[in-house]
Amino acid sequence: MSNSSPRQPKPERASPTVFKNVVNPFCGTLADDLVVERSGGGLKVVENGSRESIAGFERKLPRANPLVNGKDADLSTAIAEAAKLIGKAKLPLFGGLAADVEGMRAVLALAERSSGIVDHASSEALYRNLKILQTTGWTTTTLTETRNRADLIIIAGSDIQRIHPRFFERVASPPDSMFGVTARKRTVVFIGKGLDRSGAEGAKIGDVVTIGCKDEDAGHVVALVRARMRGFDVTPPKRSGVSRAEIDALAERCKQAEYGVVVWAPAALKSAHAELAIEQFTGLVKDLNQETRFAGLALGGGEGVTTAAAVCTWISGYPLRVSYACGAPDYDPYRWDIGRMLKDGEGDVLVWISSISPSLVPPPTKIPTIVLGTPGLALKRPASVFLPVGTPGLDHAGRLVRVDTVVTLPLKDLGRAELPSTAEMLSAIQAAI
Amino acid sequence: MLIKLTGGRVHDPANHVSGEVRDIYVEDGKIVAPKPDARPDATYDIKGRIVMAGAIDPHTHIGGGKMNIARMLLPEDHKGDPVTCTELTRAGSGHSVPSTHITGYRYAEMGYTACFEPAMLPANARQAHMEMGDTPMVDKGAFAMLGSDDYFLRQLAAKKDFEAIKDYVAWTLHATQAIAIKVVNPGGISAFKFNQRKLDLDEEHVYYHVTPRQIILTLARAIEELGVTHPLHIHGCNLGVPGNIETTLATVKAAEGLRVHMTHTQFMSYGTEGDRKFSSGAARLTELVSKTPNVSIDVGQVLFGQTCTASGDSMRQYAISKSAHPKKPVTMDIECDAGCGVVPMRYRDKSFVNAMQWVIGLETFLLFDDPWRMFLTTDHPNGAPFYFYPHLIRLLMDKSFRDDSLQKINSDAQGQAELLKSLSREYTLDEIAILTRAGPARSLGLKDRGHLGVGAAGDITVYRDDPDREAMFATPELVFKNGEVVVKNGKVVKVVQGATHVVRPDYDKAIEKPLNDYFDRYSTVRMENFKLADEEIVRGDNGAIIAQPTGARRS
Repeated sequence: MSNSSPRQPKPERASPTVFKNVVNPFCGTLADDLVVERSGGGLKVVENGSRESIAGFERKLPRANPLVNGKDADLSTAIAEAAKLIGKAKLPLFGGLAADVEGMRAVLALAERSSGIVDHASSEALYRNLKILQTTGWTTTTLTETRNRADLIIIAGSDIQRIHPRFFERVASPPDSMFGVTARKRTVVFIGKGLDRSGAEGAKIGDVVTIGCKDEDAGHVVALVRARMRGFDVTPPKRSGVSRAEIDALAERCKQAEYGVVVWAPAALKSAHAELAIEQFTGLVKDLNQETRFAGLALGGGEGVTTAAAVCTWISGYPLRVSYACGAPDYDPYRWDIGRMLKDGEGDVLVWISSISPSLVPPPTKIPTIVLGTPGLALKRPASVFLPVGTPGLDHAGRLVRVDTVVTLPLKDLGRAELPSTAEMLSAIQAAI
Repeated sequence: MLIKLTGGRVHDPANHVSGEVRDIYVEDGKIVAPKPDARPDATYDIKGRIVMAGAIDPHTHIGGGKMNIARMLLPEDHKGDPVTCTELTRAGSGHSVPSTHITGYRYAEMGYTACFEPAMLPANARQAHMEMGDTPMVDKGAFAMLGSDDYFLRQLAAKKDFEAIKDYVAWTLHATQAIAIKVVNPGGISAFKFNQRKLDLDEEHVYYHVTPRQIILTLARAIEELGVTHPLHIHGCNLGVPGNIETTLATVKAAEGLRVHMTHTQFMSYGTEGDRKFSSGAARLTELVSKTPNVSIDVGQVLFGQTCTASGDSMRQYAISKSAHPKKPVTMDIECDAGCGVVPMRYRDKSFVNAMQWVIGLETFLLFDDPWRMFLTTDHPNGAPFYFYPHLIRLLMDKSFRDDSLQKINSDAQGQAELLKSLSREYTLDEIAILTRAGPARSLGLKDRGHLGVGAAGDITVYRDDPDREAMFATPELVFKNGEVVVKNGKVVKVVQGATHVVRPDYDKAIEKPLNDYFDRYSTVRMENFKLADEEIVRGDNGAIIAQPTGARRS
């Protein structure tokens, strides 16, 4: 890492530099087909952009200096201050964790040395999935498998179009498929009348069906489908907006499908205890796999949460919500929930890592806060120490794990700005402790 | 830097050294010819100690998506085995699917200096290498899985030019940074996605109309003609199915003289005799393999206790999901590339089936007479966690210990273990050195590992000669990695980062044209992003790459 303050954009160049096969780190599905140009004006997505990738790549990066208590500081002073705060803390909390693999490795190394807690900003949603995985297991699939194989895609209570604007284009209605299951021969079922169907309409999907329940009732609808498939005489309540005939028709579609995929995004599920809805989705998959083939596909995964969970799992043995307070990793998804800990006044310094989007800000807290953030991070109040860091895939190379947990993609250095990576910054802090 | 190990009894079967007292000199990480006149920088007096090359595990699931799913799935597996960080070593957790650093430390503390992940999905190669990058102490390498991937199956179904298939196999080895190719339930992982629930050796895949036999022959021939040293690593059809010994014998014969490695044969050697319709096929398998010199095997020994099975064989893992303990099986279909199944498992000595599995594995070890074609594995973690190896070695080296253990298993299984009881064989130290060092190194083509001759890496393990062979192999007195002491008295004293071994056979780069089209048309990943660059391992994971030689390409 250079010792100069990491704030200068790289010098302007005469002709734009074009990067192909660029990965979009601003979405958990990590589309990797973007074409991005870099010129004096910054980055521009010239092919395969989407709302969130354009916003992410083309955001004008403000100048950002290291800050100590809101005042400009040398990088070395800021690092020393961060090291001092972490060094004297009894229970540092490492939160946010929007970082790449290398960044997460550095988080775990420092958390271990400083007896800290490790938890991602969106692990509440992740835990809706993990509660089911860790109690019942499941059967799942991946993006490419779904793209080529699924003849039935059920979007269950989650507004996928809103979260992943390119899901339908890339996965549900691609122009071609390996097994002849083209979009025209595919059925997409939306469970929830509030879901944005625009990705499926107009696309050449064979059949688009909407189950007109409230979005948050998707779990109940799937439970009814399962009950009907088992021969129970159950009828949806009138107020549900769904008829028994619709339930039976959906059950029949499921049974007839050769490869059905139930899609949900845990963060988008609105019901209380949404893990119970997820249990119904994975339960439907389990029931159907006895005779045909079905699989689940959990989406979301923004702000590097899939990466954070994966790296934390292979290094500590546990998927986040880990404490190193006693030396060895201790796992407790309730106790080591940093959101809860901050509310309950636990922990004595918060180290917040937000290297991807400018909106992932720390929750309100009175304890000293060290922020490793992308310049422009919309902090509500000045941090004790603010250290600007680069965004993986724009300012430095790195790797991220995709939401389906199998594919990891390489991120390029597009040369947007001279900013150190989260890993470099954390290593410097660790060296200074 | 010159070091000298003096007075040890050396077991180095690759160089025909059998327990003779020899001095070993290591200079700058490599074993050199004796230099009686030189003044070593350090001398280790190991009089009376047993010296072997560092051990090599040629089949251990240490990295990649399915292991991380298993870790995520089983916090209870780790709760009982927490590991605190020290000044030197990282924290983590252990038991059947330990965290990565703990895996590295425990292997080294057991005298191992290299481990090979046998089931790396090409789609998951980047993560597998990252996990191995966080596994210190040992060298590593990975076998790329082919045979249920749609690109290969489409080529085979379309009867594509065989040279193009070879190019694809070679491209995969390069793109995924692999050292060998494995096939798992050939075609069956794909067939399961088409709702086929079994696929016999000569049964057609419903979509591609190719058979496992064709897949095995094509891949085995491709590897042979590409000059890759390790033969096709085969996890065959019908794993775990009573009666699968017939399939396994047929698969051995199907190789038609091509070199193949049949892996974890214990799980593939079940007969249907006896009251419970479940019996040992070990005698039939070892008899056939003994007279089939092109075939090598490893056992996949079951040892009792809680573990977790994790395999690319989604079809068979789904089928056994009812046996999950605890009851939370995971199955996954992956990227038109492969699949996986993770099924937690508790092997109980009082269970008839589990006890028979234990018997079958031991019979295989004791009946097979060519240690150069047999490797010592539990198929970690499928048969048992790897740190049960010292226990397994004692079972092989100590007949009375084995007989005592046999008394404790399910009584019906004891009734079917007359053959095992009759086997008086006790493995020698030389044979153990072949099974755990010389044999795997030769099979994998690791020229400078697995032996102690001049030019070999200074990967050396020194044991106290304890008649309790379990204690002896569990706690080596010294372990050297590239000539440095990394373990003393069974504890890590220096942390090192091992290298990654790969092979780089020649291929026609023109293969990237159709491959690129294929990725663009069907995949959600671009071909350029699918490929794993050297610098990801070297810089990204602070590692090193060793390209092992391959033979000339033939047609």
